Amino acid sequence: MKKENFLWNATKTGLLGGAIGIFLCLVGMVEIFNKRDVVEGVITLGQFVLLATFLSVGLAASRRTSNLLGQNQSRLSLISGLIAGLISGLLVILLVVIGNQVNLRAVFLNASPALYDLLTFKRSLSGIWILPVTGVITGLAGAAFLLLPEAVRRPVSRGVLFLIFMALFSGLFRVVLINQGTLWGVIAKGLFGQTGVTLIGAIFFFIVVVGLNVFWSSKGSNIQTTLNQLPQKRRAGLRIGLFVLIAIIALGLPQVSGPFIAQVIVIISLYILMGLGLNITLGFAGLLDLGFVAFYAVGAYTVGLLTSYGPFGLQHIPFWVAVPIAVLVAMAFGAFLGLPVLGVRGDYLAIATLGFGEIVRLLAGSDFLAPFFGGPQGVIGIQKPCLGILGTFLSVDTPRICNGIELGKPQDIYYVAVVAALLIAFVAWRLRESRLGRAWMAIREDEDVAEALGVNLVQTKLLAYILGAAFAGLGGAIFTVLIGSIFASSMQLLVSINVVALIIVGGMGSIPGVVVGAIALIGLPELLREVSEFRYLIYGLILIVMMQAKPEGLWPSQSTRRELHHADADNLTAETLV
Amino acid sequence: MKRLFTLLSLVVLASMVLAACGGGAAAYECTDALGCVTIGPDEPVHIAYWGVLSGADGTLGEDSKRGVEIAIDDMGGKFHDHDILLTTEDAGCTPEGGATAASKLASDTSLVALVGSSCSDETVGGIAAITNAGLTTISPSNTRPALTDPSRGPDFAGYLRTAHSDAFQGKAVADFAYNVLGVRKAATIHDGSAYAQALQQVFADNFTALGGEIVAQEAVAKDATDMRPVLTSIAAKAPEFLYYPVFVAAGGYITAQVREIAGLEDVKLAGSDGIFTADFIKGAGPNVEGMYLSSPDFSAFPEGYKAFVEKHNAKYGGAPLSIFHAHAYDATGIIFAALEKVAVIADDGTINVPRKALRDAIFATKDYKGITGTLSCSASGDCGAPVIAVYEVVNSDPASWNPQDAANPNPKKVFP
Amino acid sequence: MRMTFTERFVDLAVSGFLWGFRILMVLVIVLGTFFTVRAGKYTGEQWIDFVVFGISQGAIYAMIALGYTMVYGILRMINFAHGDIFMTGAFAGYFTAVWLNSIGFVNANPVLGLIIPIVAAMIFSASIAMLVEKIAYRPLRNAPRLVPLIAAIGASFFIEYAFRGFFGPGKYAYPPIKVLEGDWVIFGINILKVQVVVAVAAFIMMGILYSIVKYTKVGKAMRAVSENKDTAALMGIDVNRIIVSTFAIGAAMAGAAGVLYALVYRQIDFFMGFTPGVKAFTAAVLGGIGNIPGAMVGGMVLGIFESVGPSLFLEGLGITRAYQLKDVIAYTMLVMILLFRPQGILGERLSKQKA
Repeated sequence: MKKENFLWNATKTGLLGGAIGIFLCLVGMVEIFNKRDVVEGVITLGQFVLLATFLSVGLAASRRTSNLLGQNQSRLSLISGLIAGLISGLLVILLVVIGNQVNLRAVFLNASPALYDLLTFKRSLSGIWILPVTGVITGLAGAAFLLLPEAVRRPVSRGVLFLIFMALFSGLFRVVLINQGTLWGVIAKGLFGQTGVTLIGAIFFFIVVVGLNVFWSSKGSNIQTTLNQLPQKRRAGLRIGLFVLIAIIALGLPQVSGPFIAQVIVIISLYILMGLGLNITLGFAGLLDLGFVAFYAVGAYTVGLLTSYGPFGLQHIPFWVAVPIAVLVAMAFGAFLGLPVLGVRGDYLAIATLGFGEIVRLLAGSDFLAPFFGGPQGVIGIQKPCLGILGTFLSVDTPRICNGIELGKPQDIYYVAVVAALLIAFVAWRLRESRLGRAWMAIREDEDVAEALGVNLVQTKLLAYILGAAFAGLGGAIFTVLIGSIFASSMQLLVSINVVALIIVGGMGSIPGVVVGAIALIGLPELLREVSEFRYLIYGLILIVMMQAKPEGLWPSQSTRRELHHADADNLTAETLV
Repeated sequence: MKRLFTLLSLVVLASMVLAACGGGAAAYECTDALGCVTIGPDEPVHIAYWGVLSGADGTLGEDSKRGVEIAIDDMGGKFHDHDILLTTEDAGCTPEGGATAASKLASDTSLVALVGSSCSDETVGGIAAITNAGLTTISPSNTRPALTDPSRGPDFAGYLRTAHSDAFQGKAVADFAYNVLGVRKAATIHDGSAYAQALQQVFADNFTALGGEIVAQEAVAKDATDMRPVLTSIAAKAPEFLYYPVFVAAGGYITAQVREIAGLEDVKLAGSDGIFTADFIKGAGPNVEGMYLSSPDFSAFPEGYKAFVEKHNAKYGGAPLSIFHAHAYDATGIIFAALEKVAVIADDGTINVPRKALRDAIFATKDYKGITGTLSCSASGDCGAPVIAVYEVVNSDPASWNPQDAANPNPKKVFP
Repeated sequence: MRMTFTERFVDLAVSGFLWGFRILMVLVIVLGTFFTVRAGKYTGEQWIDFVVFGISQGAIYAMIALGYTMVYGILRMINFAHGDIFMTGAFAGYFTAVWLNSIGFVNANPVLGLIIPIVAAMIFSASIAMLVEKIAYRPLRNAPRLVPLIAAIGASFFIEYAFRGFFGPGKYAYPPIKVLEGDWVIFGINILKVQVVVAVAAFIMMGILYSIVKYTKVGKAMRAVSENKDTAALMGIDVNRIIVSTFAIGAAMAGAAGVLYALVYRQIDFFMGFTPGVKAFTAAVLGGIGNIPGAMVGGMVLGIFESVGPSLFLEGLGITRAYQLKDVIAYTMLVMILLFRPQGILGERLSKQKA
């Protein structure tokens, strides 16, 4: 009886895997990812994605079988992995078979001859056996993987992950290293290809990581005990040393890596600033604001209008004066937008604030307000920040001369952005530990009880909006000088959703979580074009999966983690209480 | 995860430390104000195309990119025994996308010159980074007038274009409406994009200068679908000519719905190059017959253009996707013609390209025989030969779309 | 409790602001209407045209709003992905219609040629909705309210961009239906055939839905579950099955609305569900969330205001290019309803629980 069950389980898993594989093909991921190599000349990202599917299918089937039949049925586990992989492969290749008979392309754009070539390894119908066989082998491998001892599993999986990471960013590393000089150039070209790591590079990285892992597992605990036994002063010294190291890297990074990485980091910092702002509104105070982009817009337009030398520039004020003004204006706006929705609860608040965000965008880009905001043409010619005295205003469309250092390039704005992000992170941290922070958390938990306990709802909520808006406004102010122009079409709802998503993924109410979320959700798509094509698809999937698996985020604050995992509530001790 | 990060930081730190020690000296003494590109004997000549390569406007960028590719093919894929390497950056038709793509290109010191961008927004966001990196870019399809305005500012020092400026396009349409169709009352609609708003304003200004009257200037949101209320509002002013230089989405809705509005049954419809594509015909439906569209004048292109179209058909299995491919071809040609003048070729095959000299040479292009005409570049970056034509759609079947067809063109040129 | 000076000040500011907002709105509406009517730019017939456009647009909003309101009634959750369900229906209907067209079926049987795509769309949308419910929402039934909301946002993006992957970012043109071209003259007004058919179809389907909810056993069970899940379970109702049915029925309505939309506007694309989704939720709130006739009324009101508003209010005040701000009117209406009458026009059927 159980043996039949296990066959059925394996088949089900195989069918699911096949469906996922077909989905990936039809949605275009396989084809587009195919343009990027994992190991140049050996395997592409598209092929890897399919293989990964079969591998996971094998793994899942094997795990289910062990759950069903007990741990020692290794042969049956392997067989179930084999079956699952086979069925997945068959299902995917079915796509090609059908595609040859019926014109699937009339419906699914990606069911193209190029895709079929990919799936049959350029051998058309005579190659349809390749994929199922690959499925079998990888399914088997996946199942076998589960049977390996942990000591082998961990280094291997880490090695593969690191390899993928290196492959995805190989183009970037290559350019950066080549710019450092001939020696580095040679190393770079040896290890990294244009679109993926070279074979040598792959082997090299894999061995390095596996080696490190083996080293750590054998000597690691020793090292850790030694570290723990060091006197306090030395440990503190080590920590300071670590901070200094990170600071050197952070300071020197833009000089080494060039404008592109600096630009990406500025964008990440912008989202960190916005994330910290929304963290206050949503993470601390529990107010779901989907119109957050409005505050960013206010900060951006204020700085833009005040410092632009174009036709819409107002006063041609220096950047350093304009930024505090922008933050104040954003705060006022936060109060203005928060006032009407003070009494609105929960999900309604989300839609209402969404409406606000859209209203701001529509008004800013409208012809009606074009004399003030530039309309669809936007505001261009925004003066770059100047560490020095700005020369006098000459005429429209001529930038003012900077008698000092002009922070024009992304590498320069990088410093402004990082300093701002650190500053605001500090402010957010202090806020959280303050009385106001606790009032916010009280409101988030239960508004009525908080009110009964003496928390002034109106003031506290307003302050949440105001401070959240301030941070977002600062972010907008900095970003606008990076791009040098503002267009209302950039203030889309998608930006607000990005910020909400990155807080959720990073961990609501958690400051390091915001940084993690920003790097993951904003940095990665900027750096990987192929990923950016499917960015929102992956977002959607991540949000759904995270809500079920880890709703407290990747780096949550203690209270949130406890709240969302009831089982841990039994383990409360005095230290774990916030 | 933490370990990966530490490893990564160590790599970066190490590379920083060795940065001081690294660096090879070139045998050629580079005295150029913006630096030089050194291309070793086995290395390719690296140019890049940046523009919109994905999304709804992807055909625009893809079409121009093909123009560049065919130009490279026509040079034999080589420049003085060096392979020509073309890489691409997707700028997403937004200023932020342009800024990011530009900063990525600016980091790559092996680049000689660029063709791009596709959308004017991308240029606005990215040109500063490109100019500051010493690179020069020629756009095949930016049409915003301000980009080659003499007062455009130092950020644009590295920017030229072979496309026309919309200042000419709007004028041509106004000319056509007033003098050829003989209408005196016109209305415009734009979709909130900078392109459409600027273009309809140029039309309005020129039409009024000729003596016509603009009875209504309306706007819709880019994602609006129900055009009937705004069309009814326009109908109240009884225009004879309706010009909506928008993109495919809004254009389709307007055209499909316009004849349903009382008062607009006979109004003449016109659009511009934003909807000069078969996709528009699909969405617009039967009303599109008789509609006028403005675009660069293909028949004014010299003989070389026909050969280009044939090569395109052979290489890509179909007609060009959009309308700026020939401009991209010429942009590439101009770059390599200038490169020919300034490149210093050593005996061992190493090529040194002084950046400022290249930029100056491109700006100094005079009487270059391209396939869009005989091109000369002005000091403010205008290289295009701005001949705009107005075409009339004769068949609402999207499959029949072929403006370059000599025998049965659809749409058909009617002016000049 | 004695209030401090700051507290009193802030309270005053809030009330002042709210009153100011009310007065501003009233002024905009009254003055705008007055000036517009005085300027006499539009004939009576054109005003009627505006209203007719608004009704046909509103009927589509109403059908989508039904799904929102039913799901919210049962689960207290905004199903962000509902607008995208509407989009999936439009695509299903599109491919069915194209296929029918290609085999010449539509010319032979025009009526069936209209109905079959609608039915196909309803089935397809209902399936997708049930899939989404099973994968994304069911595991989160007992989570704090923010969690399913985020999951819904995730589901929305996933569906949108999956369809973008399948079908590309461009627009698809629904094949023209010869039968529906032209006008009918009803009570002396010229109305497009398409709009009449769409409005009538919408009303019929909403009527059917209303009867299902009011008179059938399933409907009674739905109402019971929306009152109180646990008690309904105690009464022997399979809560799970009811929830799934609610999703399915709401989705079927939205899917049908998708085809109707395609008939009127002819172009569909992967992102078409987003704005109608938000507006339909506005309509649901307008009419009273949890209230089915409310959703219908809300949809109509929103559609009409959007269509008439820019001309009636904004142009009178001298605002140029008023139709660019059409969405501003819709969102402002939402804010006003939430501020001044959060239970909506027809009153909230739900007990006023903490959200």
